[in-house]
Amino acid sequence: MSDVQRPGADWELQFVIAGCVEKRLPIEIVGSGSKRAIGRPVDGVVTITTASLRGISLYEPNELVMSARAGTPLSQIEAELAARGQMLPFEPIDLGPTTGGPQGSQTIGAVFATNMSGARRVLYGAARDHLLGVRGVNGRAELFQAGGRVMKNVTGYDITRGLTGSWGTLAALTEVTFKVIPWPETSVTIIYLGLPDNLAIELLSAAMMMPVEVSGAVHLPAPVAARLNHPGLKTLNKSITALRLENFASAVAGRKQRLKETLKVYGKALELEHRETLEFWNELRRLSVMPHNRQTLLWRISTKATTAPKLVSAIKRYMPAEAYYDWGGSLIWLEVPSAADAGTAEIRRVTAIHGGHAMLIRAEPAVRAAVEVFQPLSPPLERLTRGLKAAFDPAGILNPGRMYANL
Amino acid sequence: MTLSRMPEPDRAVLDRRDSIVKDLEALIGVDGVISEEEGRRAFEADALTAYRQAPLAVALPRSTEDVSKILRYCNQNGVRVVPRGAGTSLCGGALPTADSIVIGTSRMNRVIETDFINRTITVECGITNLAITDAVSAEGFFYAPDPSSQLACTVGGNVAMNSGGAHCLKYGVTTNNVLGLKMVLVDGEIVEIGGAYPDSEGYDFLALVVGSEGQFGIVTEATLKIVPKPESARPVMLGFSSCEAAGQCVAAIIGSGIIPVAIEYMDRPAIAVCEAYAKAGYPLDVEALLIVEVEGYEDETTRLLRDIVDIARSFDPQVIEASTSAEHSARIWKGRKAAFGAMGRISDYYCMDGTIPLARLPEVLSRIAQICAEHRLKVANVFHAGDGNLHPLILYNANDQDESNRAELAGAEILKLCVAVGGCLTGEHGVGIEKRDLMEVQFSPSDLAVQMRIKSVFDPGWLLNPGKVFPLSVLEASGERPAADQAA
Repeated sequence: MSDVQRPGADWELQFVIAGCVEKRLPIEIVGSGSKRAIGRPVDGVVTITTASLRGISLYEPNELVMSARAGTPLSQIEAELAARGQMLPFEPIDLGPTTGGPQGSQTIGAVFATNMSGARRVLYGAARDHLLGVRGVNGRAELFQAGGRVMKNVTGYDITRGLTGSWGTLAALTEVTFKVIPWPETSVTIIYLGLPDNLAIELLSAAMMMPVEVSGAVHLPAPVAARLNHPGLKTLNKSITALRLENFASAVAGRKQRLKETLKVYGKALELEHRETLEFWNELRRLSVMPHNRQTLLWRISTKATTAPKLVSAIKRYMPAEAYYDWGGSLIWLEVPSAADAGTAEIRRVTAIHGGHAMLIRAEPAVRAAVEVFQPLSPPLERLTRGLKAAFDPAGILNPGRMYANL
Repeated sequence: MTLSRMPEPDRAVLDRRDSIVKDLEALIGVDGVISEEEGRRAFEADALTAYRQAPLAVALPRSTEDVSKILRYCNQNGVRVVPRGAGTSLCGGALPTADSIVIGTSRMNRVIETDFINRTITVECGITNLAITDAVSAEGFFYAPDPSSQLACTVGGNVAMNSGGAHCLKYGVTTNNVLGLKMVLVDGEIVEIGGAYPDSEGYDFLALVVGSEGQFGIVTEATLKIVPKPESARPVMLGFSSCEAAGQCVAAIIGSGIIPVAIEYMDRPAIAVCEAYAKAGYPLDVEALLIVEVEGYEDETTRLLRDIVDIARSFDPQVIEASTSAEHSARIWKGRKAAFGAMGRISDYYCMDGTIPLARLPEVLSRIAQICAEHRLKVANVFHAGDGNLHPLILYNANDQDESNRAELAGAEILKLCVAVGGCLTGEHGVGIEKRDLMEVQFSPSDLAVQMRIKSVFDPGWLLNPGKVFPLSVLEASGERPAADQAA
C-alpha cells in the first residue's frame, strides 16, 4: 500500500503534487476509491485522496447551479439538492456494486472526472454537458481554474469539459461547478413485454422520435430482466422494454396516452406509477441487473441504437453474452465469460465494423493490466492524446497507465 | 476604435505572395483561389467591422481533401491560416492578417446523411445553421442551437465559437449538440472525433475543439443531434416597472420548477427601439419586458403559461400578454429577434456579451447605466435572462473617433464588471480579437498557460487563426511563442 495523502485545501494538494513532481513519484488520485476496480491498475507510489476536500461551496437553486469540493460524496450532493426539490440531470450511474465495491460512495469530483451518466442522459445529456467550471492542480503542480459558475461561457477554450472523462490523468480536481434541474412533479414508466432485441430497439427509437421527452429508454432481454429485484417484473420470464416520462402530472398523463397510442402495435403496455418508477430506475442506476460476478466480465459499448442488436448478435457468434441496453439502445452493457484476453479482439473487431467504441468495465486486475481497457485510439487521436497528457502532466506522474499503457 | 494590435505580418511570406497563390491554384484549382485585390477585400472583415485587413489570398476548398492539401502546404511553408464560415463573428473571430490565407468553407455545404431513427444529421461545415433545421423539419425535427445570425452563419463557425442562441436555456449550446467531427489538423492530417454514438472515446476532444475559435484545426464535417419538434411553442410578454421585479420574476419562475425554452429580457431603451422597428405591440411605459416561451403539446403550454402568469402576478406586472395564436407568437418574437438590426438603424452600436449570475442583475444594470453615463453614451440592454447572458448595446457614432474610443472603454468596464460579480467576458460570441486583451481579467497566468499549451498541442507553430483569444503580450512572454513570430 502506498503512502496516502489527504490534502484538505487546494494549496495542500498543490504542495503534495509539487513534491511528487520534484521526485518524479507516480501518484494515484482517488476520491472515495470506488472506481479503483475500473480502468487499468495504477502503480502509484503516492496516493492522493480528495476525500478531505469536502463541502458544498455554492448553491443557488433559483439559478440552477451548485459548486462543491471535489471530494464531496455524491450522496450528500443529492440530499442537498433533493431538499430543495432539485437533482442532477444526468442521473450518474453507480458502478460500485457491479465492480464488487460499496454502493453510493462515489464523490462528485469522480463523477465528472469519469463522465458517469445514467439513464436520463437520453433526454438531458451526459455529466460533461452539465459541468460549468472546475478548479484543479495539473501535473506541473499549477493550480488553475476554467469555466465558471454561469450557464453560458465561451471565454477561452473549454478546458472544463475537456477534463471530463480524463480519469485523473490530466489534473486532480479540487472543485466542480455544475448545472442542476428541478425534480419533476411526477413520473411514469411504460413497459412492453416479450419483445426481441431488434423490435425493442425499434420501439425505443419510435418513442424518442416523438416530442414527449422520454427520460429513460431501456431494454432488458428476458435472462437479464430475471435479475431485477422488482418482485412483479423479475418473475414474468419475459424481456422488458421500458420508457420513462417525467413532467407535470397533466403532461405525463397526456404524453403517456400519446406514446401508448403510437406504440400499440408492440402489444399491451404495463405501467409503473411514480413510486415504483423511482424504485425501478434506481435499481438500474446501480446496474443491479449486472451484479458482481468473478466468473464474468462486463463491457460497456457505445454505438448507434439501430445497430446495437446486430452488434450483440455478432458478438454472440464468438462467445456467450448477456446484454442490457440503455440510452435507447446506444449503450450496451455486455456480460461475457471470463477469459485471459477478455474477448477483446472479437469485441473490438465487431464494434469497429458496426461503429462505436468499447470499454472493459469489470475484470480481474491482471486482465485489466494486460488488455486495452479503454477503446484504442486512431493514430491522429493517439498523437493528440499524448500531446494533451504532456501539456498537463509532462512528467507523467498523474494516474500513469490508468487509461492507456505508457500514458 | 483603438484597434487591438495584430501580430506583425511575416515579410518573407508577403514577398512570396505570387508563388504561394500559384501553388494553391495547383493544389485545388484556379477557381478555388481568390487572389486579386477586389476579391480579397470581400474577406477583410467579419461582423466586427471596425477591424479590416485583406488576407494574402482566399482559398475556397470543395472537400476535406482540399482543406488537407492547403493546410499541409501552409504548414510546410510557415503560412498563417484564418478559417472562415460566413463571416458573422461579432468578435473578430474571422479577421485575417495580411500574411494569411483565408480558408472559406462556403462551397462545402452539403447534407451528407440524415438519420431520423437515431436522430442525427451529418453535414459539411459550410452549411448554414438554419439549413440544417430546413433539412429535417419536414420529418418533425429541428437543430436546437439558434444564434440570431442563423440564416447566414455556418455550422463550422458555430463549432468554432460554441454558439448559443435564445433557446439554449433548454437545449444547450453547440457543444451539447455535437456528436462527432471530422477535422483537418494543421499538418493536413484528417482526424475523426466521436461519431453518431454517445460519448467520444478517450479524452473529450470534442469539448476542446468546440469553442477553440478555429485555432485547433479546420472542422469540415459535423454529426449533430436533431430533436423532435414540439407541437406548439408559445410566449407570454410580462412588463414590469423595475428591473428588480423582472429579475425576481425570472428567479421565481425557474425556482418553481418550470424551465421555459427561453426567457428574454429587454430594458426600456431596447423596447423603444425594437417597437419602433418591428411594431410588435410592446408596451413603451415599462422599465423591463420579459418574453417567456414555453413549449409542448397545446394543452400543456396553456397550463404552463397560466402558471407563469400566476407567478408573475406576485411581482406586480404592468403588462401581461400571452400569445393566443401562431401569428401572435411570431409578432411577439419579431421585435426581440430584430433587436440588433433595429438598433443598427438608429445608431452604430457596440454589442457586449458578458454573462452574470441572475441575482446580480439589478446592480449590474444600474452599474452599466452609470458606466455609460460617465462616458456620455447611451445604452440599451437585451438579455438572455434564463442563463444570465447579457447583451448591452452601447450606442456610438463610428465616425467620431473620440466617441468610438469611449464606447470601447465603456465596453471593457462592463465586461470587467461581469467578471467581478462572478460572471464571464463572453457567453456566446467568443473572445476573438475583441475581448482578447481582457482575458487576464478573468484568468490567472497559470489558467492562461494551461490553455495556451493545448493550442500548442494542436498547432505547434501557432499558424491557425493568429492573434485571437490570447493577449499578444501574454503569448509573447510565454514559452508558447508562435514559431512564425520567432522567425520574423
